[in-house]
Amino acid sequence: MHIPIDTFRLANGLFVTLSEDHSAPIVAVNLWYHVGSANEREGRTGFAHLFEHMLFQGSEHVGTNEHFETIQRAGGTLNGSTWLERTNYFETVPSNHLEAILWLEADRMGYLLPGMTQQKLDLQRDVVKNERRWSVDNQPYGTWLERLDALCFPPTHPFHHSLIGSMEDLSAASLEDVANFFRTYYTPDNAVLSIAGDFDPAAARAAVERHFGHIPRGPGKPPLPDMTLPPVFGERQREIVPDEVALPRLFLAFRSPVFGSDEYYAASVCGAVLGMRRGSRLYRALVREQQLAQEIGAFTFDLAKGTDLLVIDAVARPGVSGPELEEAVGREVDRLREERVTPDEVERAVALIEADIVNALQSAGERADQLSKFATFFGDPGLVNEQVDRYKAVTAADVDVFAQSRLGEDNRASLLYVPRATQAIDESELAEATA
Amino acid sequence: MSATIVRTRPAPGEPRPYSFPRFERRTLSNGISLVAAPVHRLPIVTVIAVLDAGAVCDSGGREGVASLVAAMLTEGTASMDGEMLALRFERLGASFGAYADWDVGVASMTVTRSHLSDALALFAETLTAPSFPARELERLKAERLAELLQLRTEPRGLADEMTSHFVYAPESRYARPMGGGAAAVDAITAREVGELYAARYRAGGTTIVMAGDVTTDDAVALLEEAFGVWGGSAPTPVAVVDAPSPGSRAVHVISKADAPQSEIRVAHVGIPRVHPDYFRVVVMNAVLGGLFSSRINLNLRERNAYTYGARSEFDWRRAAGPFIVSTAVASDVTAAATREILSEIDRMRSEPISEEELTLATSYLSGVFPIRYETTAAVATALANLVVYGLDDSYFDTYRQNILSVTTADVLEAAQRHLHPERLRIVVVGDPAQIEQPLAALDAGPVSLYDAEGSPLGS
Repeated sequence: MHIPIDTFRLANGLFVTLSEDHSAPIVAVNLWYHVGSANEREGRTGFAHLFEHMLFQGSEHVGTNEHFETIQRAGGTLNGSTWLERTNYFETVPSNHLEAILWLEADRMGYLLPGMTQQKLDLQRDVVKNERRWSVDNQPYGTWLERLDALCFPPTHPFHHSLIGSMEDLSAASLEDVANFFRTYYTPDNAVLSIAGDFDPAAARAAVERHFGHIPRGPGKPPLPDMTLPPVFGERQREIVPDEVALPRLFLAFRSPVFGSDEYYAASVCGAVLGMRRGSRLYRALVREQQLAQEIGAFTFDLAKGTDLLVIDAVARPGVSGPELEEAVGREVDRLREERVTPDEVERAVALIEADIVNALQSAGERADQLSKFATFFGDPGLVNEQVDRYKAVTAADVDVFAQSRLGEDNRASLLYVPRATQAIDESELAEATA
Repeated sequence: MSATIVRTRPAPGEPRPYSFPRFERRTLSNGISLVAAPVHRLPIVTVIAVLDAGAVCDSGGREGVASLVAAMLTEGTASMDGEMLALRFERLGASFGAYADWDVGVASMTVTRSHLSDALALFAETLTAPSFPARELERLKAERLAELLQLRTEPRGLADEMTSHFVYAPESRYARPMGGGAAAVDAITAREVGELYAARYRAGGTTIVMAGDVTTDDAVALLEEAFGVWGGSAPTPVAVVDAPSPGSRAVHVISKADAPQSEIRVAHVGIPRVHPDYFRVVVMNAVLGGLFSSRINLNLRERNAYTYGARSEFDWRRAAGPFIVSTAVASDVTAAATREILSEIDRMRSEPISEEELTLATSYLSGVFPIRYETTAAVATALANLVVYGLDDSYFDTYRQNILSVTTADVLEAAQRHLHPERLRIVVVGDPAQIEQPLAALDAGPVSLYDAEGSPLGS
């Protein structure tokens, strides 16, 4: 799997990647701004995401809701998303609409603020508060992400605080915050623009220069504090959350090597050996054989700075307590460290990962997003073509090295949800289990 | 580099032509039908088997058998246990899955061309020689019961299930969960699972769709080899009761004390997938609530900020699936949001939509068409739907023209014919203390209160 890649940089710093493919008359446009919740100032948790909403509210030459309507009228799909380290905006449209889409993206990169009003901010603040209620507050286990980040990163670390934000901080966000955030972070030299699919390279390049070229470079963004963390927690981290849930659920996190490092690929394969699909160790042992878990899986956050997290996510079967679930998962992790993984297990994991990568790259939007990702984090979109080889280079010995150094008792953080009604029982059992 | 801003948006260029991938139909010597769409862009192939064995085949009191049969396909065969099957598929990089929806049983996988032959041998074995081990059946039943337990604390899924329950007549299969309720699942025996399999998993009633890097001739040869002598004639079609629940508009509140938000569903029985008004209804729904820029979302989200999102849909099935408006709103605006939904439904029926609204919907639906079929899995799924609903082979080639020929008068007619305000069931999962009185004051129908299992509560 190899996709063609061309790159150039405008004088204002905007980095552009192009990947042609004429198999269908569609084209994807994708912008990564190198800003996420990590860049929020104190008292403004959730602001990066609220700001993302504001980018759909019009700009100097684009009316309220016109961004969405223009693209849908063209027959396109669009959205945006915010993560700890980045915010992205993306569209896939019939290819004859490419230039109009570039114009829309350029207008909100260059001329957002004339379109902003207090009324729009108040409205989107309420929409985001409803998003928080929907995805976090009124959803079983919905607080897992903000609780896990808080548990795994020290209070002063940029990844510690909530991505969706607290209601209080959302209430405090002002138009002045919008203006400052925009001027600081939404600048061409802090962005990557990727175009993938059916386009003419010369015409696309000319259109990018025409619409983005006159946007001035930014003043430079304030550096993030030192994000380096020791490779392990040092001691066991644990939080028990009695909640309105029917079954216990465990998120067991390990600090793991940052996204893109050689060790990251071993960690990712180890995660797949443990928790990817039904042939994985955890599924076979805890779902199929012992029937202690209802569902189980493992994933990485893919953080490029500080430390990544490898997370095991397990839901207990009825009758299995939280501490029993935690102990069972711990036992399988210990077994992996004692028995070592086999080349066969690594082969299964890499075959599945490779298939997922190839499958995903069928979509123009996914190709554009991957190009933006590698360009943003490493300045080299060509890394997208090296992923499969880097996974294939991982050996059972590499996975063992990762497991020995990172999956020990000194590097485990448990976030354990338990049904509220049985809180007292669970806590007493926990006392026994850990005594 | 230009020094000035381009203030007016660039006009679109000439669209490049697009056609849905060509496909061919064949019949294998054992009676299996094949639909093959060679797409040679990447060396991968998606295979989907469609069996006439959906949840509508479940008998009364045994809802969940069809889902269990499909799930049990991966739990063991004549020569392998479930673990070995999973490992064999996964070492080939193949993601295999099987499930039953309302209409059909489905087994599917995507695999690289180089492993297609090996993966098809496994795929065929799961379909033709499942062993239904008792231990695994008990495990899957227990997992389903746990899922039902989880549902009680999960407002979105609970609202969906309760909506089906209140919208359809009690004797309709659609009134009960696709995967079965607790009593039914608990009662299911291995014998019942084996009987449904024997009656409905037969070569004669099966279609296999293959899309991707394989020629039709190679697909035929590979399937002949993999499926060999599997036989059986097509099972008899099942008659589906899709009647609405008796009575008129009513409000059903499912109690979730202290909920910060209300999950709202406003629904009634819709129309079957194959219907002369299909395209008109698709366009009408896009204007009402099928798009971000549709009336319901712009009203509830962008005008009133009641919600993170609101949408409407017709759930397409062979028989009449439901029409449902879905949203989640802050508890204190539950009644206000419900009133807006009802008024948007009324407005669709009382006045024509504008030309601008019409073209937004039709140009979106026709323009997005090629974007929907970027992957082998998407092409195969589209072809599987063609099979499930018995649509004409020209369906994809005429789709965009059919959408573009819908008029504002068609939309008004479709709304008047297929939206039924008086039959709506308003189902809300939320905090009765905050929402019951305001909902009663709305005068949208009598309000009744239930617990998370659907048992009536006094208010």
